[in-house]
Amino acid sequence: MAAPAHDLLRLATAGSVDDGKSTLIGRLLVDTKQLFDDQLEALGRGELAHVTDGLRAEREQGITIDVAYRFFATPRRSFIIAYTPGHVRYTRNMVTGASTADLAVVLIDARKGLLEQSRRHAHISALLGIRHVVAVVNKMDLVDWDEDAFGAIEAQWRRDSEVLGIPDSPAIPLSALEGDNVVSRSRRMPWWHGPTLLGHLETVEVARDRNYEDLRFPVQRVIRDGDFRGYAGQVAGGILRPGAEVVVLPDGARTRIERLETYDGPVEAAFPPMAVTVVLADDVDAGRGGVIVGAHDAPVAARSIDATVCWMGEQPLRPGSRYLLKHTTRRVRAGVERVEARVDVTTFDQRDTDELTLNDVGEVTLSLTSPVYADAYERNRATGAFILIDERTHDTVGGGLVRATRAGGADPAPRSRDVVWHPSHLDRDARWSATGNRGATVWLTGLPASGKSTIATALERELVRQGRMAYVLDGDNIRHGLSGDLGFDEASREENIRRVGQVARLFADSGVVALVSLVSPLAEARRAARELHEVAGLPFIEVFIDTPVHECARRDPKGLYARARAGRLRNLTGDGMRYEPPERPELIIRTTEEDVDGAVARLLEWLP
Amino acid sequence: MTIAQQTGELRLSHLAELEAEAVTTMREVAAELERPVLLFSGGKDSIVLLRLAEKAFRPGRFPFPVLHVDTGHNFPEVLEFRDRRIAELGEELIVASVQDSIDRGRVHEDPGDPSRNRLQTTTLLDALAEHGFDAAFGGARRDEERARAKERVLSFRDQAGQWDPRTQRPELWNLFNTVIRRGESVRVFPISNWTELDVWRYIQAEALEVPSIYFAHERQVFDRDGMLLAVSEFLQPAGGEPVMTDSVRYRTVGDMTVTGAIRSAARDVDAVIEETAASRVTERGQTRADDRTSEAAMEDRKREGYF
Repeated sequence: MAAPAHDLLRLATAGSVDDGKSTLIGRLLVDTKQLFDDQLEALGRGELAHVTDGLRAEREQGITIDVAYRFFATPRRSFIIAYTPGHVRYTRNMVTGASTADLAVVLIDARKGLLEQSRRHAHISALLGIRHVVAVVNKMDLVDWDEDAFGAIEAQWRRDSEVLGIPDSPAIPLSALEGDNVVSRSRRMPWWHGPTLLGHLETVEVARDRNYEDLRFPVQRVIRDGDFRGYAGQVAGGILRPGAEVVVLPDGARTRIERLETYDGPVEAAFPPMAVTVVLADDVDAGRGGVIVGAHDAPVAARSIDATVCWMGEQPLRPGSRYLLKHTTRRVRAGVERVEARVDVTTFDQRDTDELTLNDVGEVTLSLTSPVYADAYERNRATGAFILIDERTHDTVGGGLVRATRAGGADPAPRSRDVVWHPSHLDRDARWSATGNRGATVWLTGLPASGKSTIATALERELVRQGRMAYVLDGDNIRHGLSGDLGFDEASREENIRRVGQVARLFADSGVVALVSLVSPLAEARRAARELHEVAGLPFIEVFIDTPVHECARRDPKGLYARARAGRLRNLTGDGMRYEPPERPELIIRTTEEDVDGAVARLLEWLP
Repeated sequence: MTIAQQTGELRLSHLAELEAEAVTTMREVAAELERPVLLFSGGKDSIVLLRLAEKAFRPGRFPFPVLHVDTGHNFPEVLEFRDRRIAELGEELIVASVQDSIDRGRVHEDPGDPSRNRLQTTTLLDALAEHGFDAAFGGARRDEERARAKERVLSFRDQAGQWDPRTQRPELWNLFNTVIRRGESVRVFPISNWTELDVWRYIQAEALEVPSIYFAHERQVFDRDGMLLAVSEFLQPAGGEPVMTDSVRYRTVGDMTVTGAIRSAARDVDAVIEETAASRVTERGQTRADDRTSEAAMEDRKREGYF
């Protein structure tokens, strides 16, 4: 089949009920003959604007509450339109629509000029890295097709788009209602010599906007078949060619691309956004979440990120908040270090703030428990973007654009350089899927006699009943063997926790749900255990068994509190020694308010 | 290469770009969810899905089985095609039957309504629960219908399989949030951004076989409410509905009792593309009685757990 000169343009537009967004889309669809008779008929009175109403709730309320998509094609190009409401309370929808767009259409009412809403949409488009923003000066019919009216708006638009740094930002006068300059050239604006909107959309060059310089190939999955081993993914940057020298992260192994496979056979080059399978010259240890990069332009392993975040969560983002962060094919935990400023998306001003609320856009610094290999968003939209996920509700609560990355904290290094991790020939996915297991560590922390072991054993029983591998690593039991050499001073306790953390990680890696029941009083030691898991890509669920000390002392099944009171036991946590309650555990169980079954049921929800 | 990958040095054709997007989506879901399944109806959209799965996972096997919800009112040509295609692929096929759901008393047929379209929702949800599937790939497209125009590529369902259009997760870039609780599931629509014409052009470019009923053939039909329905063991014309023999083809494949044919002389893919490009009526509007019941028919069925 000969190569057709037919490509795809994704465009985003936003607007409110009366500025003609829906009419414009309706006009594009009708005049390019994309609207079918039954759709026109279903519109009732045939009003163009109703083309974009999707859900019943929206029809009833007469508003657009979401992002919707329409499609049309001309002989030259296919188009995907994402359209959203333009009000400030739909900033998150605009951001979503703009995130995948090559081009944005900003609507301006010719009678009103550049109002808040248009400026907001232009700003969001620029922020999201859209390099082509068309100002559509609509309703020219209502200003008598006046050239000067258009000229004044166009001048204002030039100033704004320059401030925003939009490289390609033409303005086009038109009337969506009358159809002038949308698809057909207007006879009522003979002074206009520029293109029609469709003419512009059909010819604007957008393919060059992608990054073809820095080789970036995030691995989605490993494909195996007999001797075949390939890394499947979508090219996120650069041009991959057989023979290219590459580095495989996080491992750091250096090798060459042997060939680029597709279902249709090998290809000579792969560039964004192609989906291919990379075969490497050497046997290296790479898997999902890894990234193949150019040998000479590798990104830093970033543990700290400055980013612009568009906040979409109902609960505000504040310093100290923790989220799951998804970047390319990698998921890590992120904590908010600082909230620097909020950006006013209408005036483009920055204001000091210490939190971001729904629909805010702001600048934050995040610290990550394990590294991501990110680029600045303005350099590469694919490797500079991330989303934030709330671990409790599982909602997508933020969209992030990387501004700068830092190596930050170091990876936990092996004790001696001569000791290297011996990788098994089996990888975890293969092991887990063959045995039907999924490993994780549940770390129950709390005062002595708070109920940790009771809950751990009940959870163990339930998991095993469900046919899952689970095992309780009880603090006392570990001390009988593995930690039999340790005492109860602070250093020994810390060492005990380190050992339990390591054992739990091995259990989890093998597919077992490790249930750690350990006072583990110090936040730092628990953090180290968490890090150990996250670096290995294993789930770590910290559970705070929150029982008041007087209740623990009342229960006292082992008589510890009684002995402490009698002066026969020193260093009892909560009594003589400090306990640092977790600041942000995955789960808090208050045993005075909740029974064991309820606690187990909630814990099960957290397990993968 | 059957699809022209490049239109210029660094440009993909629109079909190649849509293909890359769909392949990436399928790989992402297969990697992040525990037990996906691919829903296969025997229709053109799910035929495209099977090819996309080959593109995503060959030379390996599919990391999921294929599930067909059999209404018992299928076109025999479609069932024959299904079995042959899955055998060619060497992948696992699971058939969930609406007749079984009826026999087990899970659903009841409406004596006044021969269609089993609504009943298959229960059969589907039961099958997903029975096998513990937490992700189901479907061939739905946003251009089909107004409610679908706003549905995400990943559509989350609660434990009863229901869709709530107000709590959809935002989808930014190509970064999917696949985190769910046990018992919840997600419907995945990798060809959300394809149009009917894109599907046909892809079938043409990939030389994919489709069931013979998509092409013009002689069939006994009768006119009911402006739709041409086939005479079959499941559906007979009422008195006053004259039967005619016509050259017809189908634009969609579904329950025989609600899927209408169109008069057509298009006997191959090229002719179908020509006809589709010139068509003035949507495929669902023309050939699916179930969507014409009310203006919000699709939205209601999706809320209940429909595909």
